[in-house]
Amino acid sequence: MWSDLFLVPFLTGLCLAIVLPLLGCYLRLRDEWLAALAYSHVAAAGALLALVVAIPPAVGGIAAAGLAGAGKRIFAGRLAGGASYALLLLGGWAVAVLLAANHPMAERLGHALFDGQLYFSGNEQLWLVAVCGLIALLILRALSKHLLLAHVYPDFFRIRGLRAWPTQGGFDLLAALLLALATMSMGVMGAFALVFIPPWLAFRRARNWRSGLRLALLIGLLAYVTAFLVALSLDQPFGPVLALVLILAGLVIA
Amino acid sequence: MSFLLQIKQLVAGWQQPATQPVDLTLAAGEIVGLTGPNGVGKSTLLAALAGRAKVFSGSIEQRPGLRLALQTQDVPPVDGLPLSGRELLALTGATADRLPPWLAERLDLRLDRLSGGQRHYLALWAILQAPADLVLLDEPTNNLDAAGVAHLTAHLRERAEAGAGMIVVSHDAAFVEGVCDRVLVLGACNVE
Repeated sequence: MWSDLFLVPFLTGLCLAIVLPLLGCYLRLRDEWLAALAYSHVAAAGALLALVVAIPPAVGGIAAAGLAGAGKRIFAGRLAGGASYALLLLGGWAVAVLLAANHPMAERLGHALFDGQLYFSGNEQLWLVAVCGLIALLILRALSKHLLLAHVYPDFFRIRGLRAWPTQGGFDLLAALLLALATMSMGVMGAFALVFIPPWLAFRRARNWRSGLRLALLIGLLAYVTAFLVALSLDQPFGPVLALVLILAGLVIA
Repeated sequence: MSFLLQIKQLVAGWQQPATQPVDLTLAAGEIVGLTGPNGVGKSTLLAALAGRAKVFSGSIEQRPGLRLALQTQDVPPVDGLPLSGRELLALTGATADRLPPWLAERLDLRLDRLSGGQRHYLALWAILQAPADLVLLDEPTNNLDAAGVAHLTAHLRERAEAGAGMIVVSHDAAFVEGVCDRVLVLGACNVE
């Protein structure tokens, strides 16, 4: 399996298996785990739309999710209580399905995005994911304290003059862009599984925030490597195998 | 400027005025209690000082560069969150020095594993001990037992002696009597 054919996809997924569980911890902190599904669906719709108008799908996916993440706060007043994510999810899904139903090329890409096929990742995608993942880790580290403070003591956060941008608006944008990248690489549900299940388990089991981050990272990495080996050896699509491995881990650990 | 905060004829509220006109001057190291029956706008006044509630008339003047800390009656949302007491204190820059022993020994536990009173006192401590010149406290004795109230009273006096000004909203008459230098009793709002 360590030929370039599989090594590049493996490393691409490995980068995502490091950063997505950590991102998921901060999404869960903000009760925004639904964001993972929403941004993934918007990214999928953006990628299919880009394909139809002859733009690289990755550009379309990242742009659509980025716009959704940046624009979310504009409608925050009217779309409280997670409504924004539900609308984005439904809108992304509807556009993606309609495009796939009416355009043969979009149908093929749509299948890849929703089935979660990691094995088509190339060198360019690996570099993009690796560089963006590293930058995202540094940004998360920088935002971590303020994200926690804004959640636990919103009045103290505001009274000290700490702004919604970059802490909250910037985090929205970061989450959207990372999930778009992940969706392009491992599909909608593969990305969602890594964002949702490791943090869920870590929040139940960890003794404190730092150990929670470490536990989420460990669970994500172990599940990813296991799923990659199983999917490859059994010649199965990666996304569903990853989801099943994580569900199994969830049932054992929770 | 010798005062931390000066309020003149302040009327505050949310959609409509909720307080009578209030005058108050607070110096460094001074603790002022705000009391009065329910609904006279004590918490609203604190919220106005913190920039949350609307000021309908009057003025608020603060010493330039004043650092505020505000404790509200809202319970920090920590259920299901793997956050320890030590991490909570680090978020606001509070120190664990002089925490009561019954709490100091539980600092490394998750907040959602503590009792309601322990959690409340730790959440309060994180605000009280945050670097601040003016501390606004809204019903700080809620959920505290006698030992907690006694420790809080002693600690507020220490904090004031170190130079912090405080405004304390409380229904606990004995606590207010024991800790405050002055007490301002708010009456019903007559503002139309």
